Amino acid sequence: MKKMIALALAAMMVVSMFAGCGGSSTGTPATEAPAANAPAAAPAEGAAPAIKIGLSGPMTGGASEYGLAVRGGMEIAVAEINAKGGLQIEFKSEDDQADGSDLAVSSYNSLKDWGMQILAGAVTTGSALAIAAETVNDQIFMLTPSASAEDVANTGANVYQMCFTDPNQGASAAELMKAKWPDATIGVIYDSSDAYSAGIRDGFLAKAKELGLNVAVDNAAFTADNKADLSAQVTMCKDAGCDLVFLPFYYTEAAQVLTYANTVGYAPTFFGCDGMDGILNVEGFDTALAEGLVLMTPFDASATDEATVAFVEQFKANNGGKVPNQFAADGYDVIYALYNACVAAGVDGNTPAADVCAALQEQFATMKVDGLTGSGMTWDENGMISKAPAAMVVTNGVYVPVA
Amino acid sequence: MRILQYLINGISIGSVYAIIALGYTMVYGIAKMLNFAHGDVIMVGAYISFCVTSYLGLPAWAGVLAAVAVCTVLGVVIEGLAYKPLRGTPSLAVLITAIGVSYFLQNAAQLIWSSSPKNFSSIVTMKPISMAGGKLVITGEVLLTVAACILVMVGLTLFTGKTRTGKAMRAVSEDRDAAQLMGINVNRTISLTFAIGSALAAIAGVLLCSTVPTLQPTTGSMPGIRAFTAAVFGGIGSIPGAMLGGILLGIIETFSKAYLSTQFSDAIVFSVLIIILLVKPAGLLGRQMQEKV
Amino acid sequence: MKKLLNNKAARTNLITYLVVVLAFLAMQLMNSAGMLGSSMKGFLVPICVYISLAVSLNLLVGICGELSLGHAGFMGIGAFSGILIAALLKNTIPNDFLRLLCAMLGGGVFAGVVGFVIGVPVLRLRGDYLAIVTLAFGEIMKNIVGNLYAGTDAEGFHIAISTSRMPLGEGGKYIINGPLGATGIQKLATFSMGFLLVLFTLFVVLNLINSKEGRAIKAVRDNRIAAESVGINVTAFRMKAFVVSAFLAGMAGALFGLNYSSVTATKFNFNTSINILVFVVLGGMGNILGSVISATVLYILPEAMRSLQDYRMILYAIVLIVVMLCTWSPKVKEYLSVAADKALGIFRKKEVGTNE
Repeated sequence: MKKMIALALAAMMVVSMFAGCGGSSTGTPATEAPAANAPAAAPAEGAAPAIKIGLSGPMTGGASEYGLAVRGGMEIAVAEINAKGGLQIEFKSEDDQADGSDLAVSSYNSLKDWGMQILAGAVTTGSALAIAAETVNDQIFMLTPSASAEDVANTGANVYQMCFTDPNQGASAAELMKAKWPDATIGVIYDSSDAYSAGIRDGFLAKAKELGLNVAVDNAAFTADNKADLSAQVTMCKDAGCDLVFLPFYYTEAAQVLTYANTVGYAPTFFGCDGMDGILNVEGFDTALAEGLVLMTPFDASATDEATVAFVEQFKANNGGKVPNQFAADGYDVIYALYNACVAAGVDGNTPAADVCAALQEQFATMKVDGLTGSGMTWDENGMISKAPAAMVVTNGVYVPVA
Repeated sequence: MRILQYLINGISIGSVYAIIALGYTMVYGIAKMLNFAHGDVIMVGAYISFCVTSYLGLPAWAGVLAAVAVCTVLGVVIEGLAYKPLRGTPSLAVLITAIGVSYFLQNAAQLIWSSSPKNFSSIVTMKPISMAGGKLVITGEVLLTVAACILVMVGLTLFTGKTRTGKAMRAVSEDRDAAQLMGINVNRTISLTFAIGSALAAIAGVLLCSTVPTLQPTTGSMPGIRAFTAAVFGGIGSIPGAMLGGILLGIIETFSKAYLSTQFSDAIVFSVLIIILLVKPAGLLGRQMQEKV
Repeated sequence: MKKLLNNKAARTNLITYLVVVLAFLAMQLMNSAGMLGSSMKGFLVPICVYISLAVSLNLLVGICGELSLGHAGFMGIGAFSGILIAALLKNTIPNDFLRLLCAMLGGGVFAGVVGFVIGVPVLRLRGDYLAIVTLAFGEIMKNIVGNLYAGTDAEGFHIAISTSRMPLGEGGKYIINGPLGATGIQKLATFSMGFLLVLFTLFVVLNLINSKEGRAIKAVRDNRIAAESVGINVTAFRMKAFVVSAFLAGMAGALFGLNYSSVTATKFNFNTSINILVFVVLGGMGNILGSVISATVLYILPEAMRSLQDYRMILYAIVLIVVMLCTWSPKVKEYLSVAADKALGIFRKKEVGTNE
């Protein structure tokens, strides 16, 4: 009997938990949950309420490195904008653990309950795909800093990207190779369990075939489960006599490839994509190993222009001296692009999300944005960005544009 | 020459699996529990070693010693707080607690060291041995890891076979109640097992990160699962079995990548594992237990 | 009726059904009254899915005493086959509810068949060896589905397991797209269907447990050799439980897949299997109502802790450990009961005091 009472009590508790959460989340969203992680300046008396921008990304777990970088970049932009006066931004981030289904949607829903008007996310492709369909239903404007699959922007007219799409990046890599290393024997190592990496590889192989590049190894794959050991993949390229190795994946694994290649005395030209940016700032990494590495990145933390210097300084101050990578820079640009569009469209915290969405779509069709990751950036009707990919080569530990 | 290079690559990652598997099998054999937090203790060990060498600027051996010390204490504390109260309950209950501990360690590491990857510089300073005009390269890490594996394996075998404490451990492993009746302090023996297992984890962490330099809070989890697989493969509870299982798993993995398919190597490795377990249900060197009513 | 109420098993089952039905009605009422926020509405279907998964795994772990670390693998098979079926039947069955039902049944059958095929050799193993083989199966499934392409174009339906993207002709549309997973899924899942799934799962599992076969299965768990010696066909019963469990997981997976617009193979990894196992063990092995409750509470817990920001997962870990210690450790339990008695004692004394 006692057990039954306990069970009944537990069941009641669950029900009341539902009721409790449900009740609170339908309460007037504007008054609850002040942005916990953004220093939102108090708006002046009588001014319009701050516009609510939400970010969904991995803040815990294996991919949190990227989510936290984006969040760091966005927080700087929000603080700068709020300090200016005028239109204020209230910013909130939620954790989706880079999940591609239920956790992503619940992260998005929790932002929606908070009263989010614009989504500045998601960070990873899988989450972005799951969330994009929701934003289409809800008509919430979405600008993702880093989810780069073509399918993300194709989900709906309200979904925009700040980063290059994967096939495009693969194709530009092939073009650059054709221009600079037309006779190279090329090897491709990639992560077959990751949409970003597999997408670039598909785009690259298609273009390489068209251009007649000599791709000797195109199937040196690893997966998230066996990436602890990449020696076999490097050996495959070495054996095939590749003198140019394409590494379309993140710098975390790339550091491993470079280190192993160095120990076995294999020194081809390594070629990376935007995910490679950050390799020079991995703590403890010997930058000499990356000497001669070519990468296509929209962002260069060692650039000397005023905006980049200020951003890097601020990011370092906020994050214990950590140098920002392109994820952080994309996040920063996303907030500014959204802010410019909001100001131009004259929307604020009082505008319903669907109206914000319509107004921003109109703005993004015509506007030009200058940011850390490019100048004169525009978007096409599908929501994909057009900015010039900058090819860099690591020389003496810093990026130098490819001559 | 090519096949030899792949063989060496396989032994390289395999010996890392083996040294992790030794810790797994040791704890399993005596405490009869699957310690899913073992992989995360490895990660902690690697971080400690990294901090000592990079931040304090001390030599590599000091890093290893510090890692061993911290992990031993950590192992004993975890055992005392999370596993000891559950002694005598179904092994699944302890398994779930171990998973809780694993989540805890990963998230704590993220809060302490952030999720940004750190590049672990190898503790081996030896130049790689290059043969056949650079076609065959043997790195110092492989030699060190294999040597460490053999040393640990022989050491553990001697320890459990010859010393009084080791014999007590075996007695606890055979029959906990009977051991208690013979005057063996079961709780202390199990705590000691965890201390040794965690010290091994620290060494494994340093060797893992010397071979695979990227260090993140999730570094230990996948190699941990692979090593657990290796331990079962070799016959869980068997010390030479763990070593054999680890090295074979590494070789199978590398060969399937090199000669069959890189994309499907996970599927191939685990299929081979299933087939071998069907032929030898207790693993390669495991003992087939006679069941009694 | 009286006999029914006197039978302990029947009474427990009745309570289980009652709790589920009441919870469903309460949720429906609150929903129609507009009391549920987006988050809460979003939780309804996945909670039903995880309840079904936990109950079906409990059949295997709690009732049969087999440790399975690959339950998410069956869920994944169900999800991807269900998504395929739903997409292909789009024109044949225009009714969403019927199509969802077909997809779930199809997902269940697929998972059940795979369960049977791997069950034949695998059920020769026991204990931790069975655990590692189920883990291996989950990894194999994930690896293969990660390289699976399916889609339709002008020439009809194509499916391939391939190392690079399968090309599609004019007007082609991918249903399953390799590492991107299934994308552009039409969301068919509803809370009512989730509720029906939970009821169906409970019905199947509870009936199996309380049947003659169920008693045989428990006999096998408690002592395999003794059970065998009284003529119970051990392998046949283990197989039955394994296949039923896989079938139910497949159905739940199909509902899960059709509740989101995209699903990747990596979702059905070791961690998801472990999560379901946590639900089962925390709810009590063999305790079906316990699985229902713990799946619900543990699914919402990390979501309810969102305000803790970066600290929520570490707190979840701590809660998990503490709850395990409180529910399982004999010492902690004893301490708690003493403390509870003391607290009650003070309370009683006070009561006495006020009476005077």
